[in-house]
Amino acid sequence: MTDNEKQDIKLGTVISGSLTQGVQVKLDAAKSVEDIAVGRYVAITGQKKRFFGMITDVSLEAVDPRAMVMPPDISDPFIAKVVLGTTTYGKISVLPMLTISGGVLGETEGPQPAKTVPPHFAGVELASQRDVELVFGKEDAKRFYVGTPLDMETRVCINMEELVKRSNGVFGKSGTGKTFLTRLLLIGMMQKSRSVSLIFDMHNEYGWEGTSEKDRKVKGLKQLFPGKVAVFSLDESYDKRRKVKSDFVVKVGYDEIEPEDIQLLKTVLNLTDLAVQAVYELAKTFGDDRWMQETLNLFDANDKKFAAEHNIAEGTWRNLQRGLRIMERFKFMVPHVQDNAVRKILDYIGSGKSVVLQFGGYDDIAAYVLVANLLTRRIYNLYREKVDIATSADTKTPDQLVITIEEAHRFLNPEISSQTIFGKIAREMRKYNVTMLVIDQRPSGIDEEVMSQLGTKIICLLDNEKDVDAVLTGVAGKNELKSVLSKLESKQQALIFGHALPMPVVVKIREYGSAESYKELGPLGPAGGSDSGGRKTDSLDDLWG
Amino acid sequence: MDLEQKIGEVVETSNSEFLVQCYELDGAPALGSMVKTRGKGGEIYGIVYISATHSVEPGRRITVRGKSHSSESDVFKANPQLAKLLCSDFKVLVVGHSVAKGVYQYLPPSPSSIYAFVYACTPEEVKVFTQSLDFLNLMIESRLTISPDEVIAAFLRYASRTHPEPEEFLVKAGKELAWTLSNDIRRLDSILKRLRQ
Repeated sequence: MTDNEKQDIKLGTVISGSLTQGVQVKLDAAKSVEDIAVGRYVAITGQKKRFFGMITDVSLEAVDPRAMVMPPDISDPFIAKVVLGTTTYGKISVLPMLTISGGVLGETEGPQPAKTVPPHFAGVELASQRDVELVFGKEDAKRFYVGTPLDMETRVCINMEELVKRSNGVFGKSGTGKTFLTRLLLIGMMQKSRSVSLIFDMHNEYGWEGTSEKDRKVKGLKQLFPGKVAVFSLDESYDKRRKVKSDFVVKVGYDEIEPEDIQLLKTVLNLTDLAVQAVYELAKTFGDDRWMQETLNLFDANDKKFAAEHNIAEGTWRNLQRGLRIMERFKFMVPHVQDNAVRKILDYIGSGKSVVLQFGGYDDIAAYVLVANLLTRRIYNLYREKVDIATSADTKTPDQLVITIEEAHRFLNPEISSQTIFGKIAREMRKYNVTMLVIDQRPSGIDEEVMSQLGTKIICLLDNEKDVDAVLTGVAGKNELKSVLSKLESKQQALIFGHALPMPVVVKIREYGSAESYKELGPLGPAGGSDSGGRKTDSLDDLWG
Repeated sequence: MDLEQKIGEVVETSNSEFLVQCYELDGAPALGSMVKTRGKGGEIYGIVYISATHSVEPGRRITVRGKSHSSESDVFKANPQLAKLLCSDFKVLVVGHSVAKGVYQYLPPSPSSIYAFVYACTPEEVKVFTQSLDFLNLMIESRLTISPDEVIAAFLRYASRTHPEPEEFLVKAGKELAWTLSNDIRRLDSILKRLRQ
């Protein structure tokens, strides 16, 4: 590096600070505060260690407060140049996050969490491409490139094997690119980890194709991984309209609905507590597999004898009737199903294929909650059984299963998270090789306990105070990250932190949707991956002529 | 070179300043110019801060002589003795010295010798001396019969012309002043305004 280049990346010197509050850095006169952006990485060279941190705040300071009252005449460009950095100067706050020891120790142990701060007057510079590579690692068989740090070209990679080991969350306001980001993460999981996904695709974005913000069609998972993804559909008519053939059409039998499912739907179907209670009574009388059909028969016959016998008030009865009628109207609901969807999903997952369940025209939240909960509960039971058997027989346990749900606060709000299967998975299913990828725009609606169990959080712009607090609860440097988070651009930028990354990072999400981008996003990434590389390249060439 | 010619001799001396009488009438260098003279260990550098022309004899007042002449130079032609009766001198603020090892921007251990010859510094010497600006502190703190700010500004304007990038030099010097005068914004502002060429 030449002296000029060194000068160019040098930002300033450490003047004060603490480990909890971050260090204060006086900017060199040559650096303008206008060139600084919160969220950028800096490297601080101490005497024995090199520190990595993130810029969390920028402020203006003056040596003498009188300068503020009687400002120098900066209309003269010469005077303006002189006072900048001397009488007045810029100051940045940096949160040190990692350290790398010098010499052999640094080579062997790699970056470690910062347990101290750099000394006074240590030089601060913008992190170089090499620094970032050192921290996040190079793209390889396990690491998936998600984007680039602000104003840099280096690739930030996430260790996908680590990511899928825990439940993760993607949060952000509507329209900030959650779907876009989730699609990329799912691709990353398929490309770089030994996991299978079950995706409850409410808005039909992940299966065959999705839409980008510019209303352009982009490839879904099935197009990129034809041999590794199966698309299930709830809505045949939607498939016909789109001229896409699904691998399986899911139907749900009345006999598969259990009282717990109704309890979960309480809010979305607007049921009262008493109505839910009545369902348990009905299930007790008619049996778990018969109660719904029998109850619908009672409604059809306008038979109120059961209600009278069990002391169910007429209002409650009507409330329940209205709720069950909504469910009955879903075309995917039939009295009995021969070909069980749960079994089919498990077959695919067992053979290493991911399943995308498209809801087609059923973008009703009631349908989503009902189906996602119902299927997941059964899959959970069977998967757990499989893992238990494999553990006791000391054979290979099934692949990691990642269940992706949207509108997560509907399943994981504090009122019902303890009752739903999703709450259970978030809390303890890691042991049984099942984790979740939750996507939500209202993280404050999610149970705190669940939030605290999420391994890695990927956060697009959030501006509601409660939501920001919810995602940052328990994170070191919360206040500093808050200011970074609130300044994210509304598109294509995300703050990622947690288990799968050595330190928080703000990234500009990689491009997705161009022919160029697809080349790297198939079964075989540039750094290697799975087996079917040659075939995949051929199929891409076929697709793009 | 003209500039390297001696311009006068030290007639009063101290560690911090000295008085130089010029060989030529009105021969004093401009305000803020840099001159050098010989001290015991090496050369002593100083900056001209005030110059004057007056009668050689303190008791003898100068009277007007030009009423019947059409130009000022005619006065001297008609009275050739005037060149011997009048003299020009200038005062120099010492800002540094050099010994064999190099240039130091602080006061020399002993004053210049009396009758030591005084030379104007060459642009190269000024450029080398002003590579460091530590002497500015000495100038800011000095108590002179005129405002030191005027002298500082005059010297920096003069020195900037010896540097390949005069503007850059002035900004560097300005920043040095800003550090020293960080508690006196008004004074800084007034010096900076005087730095305009």
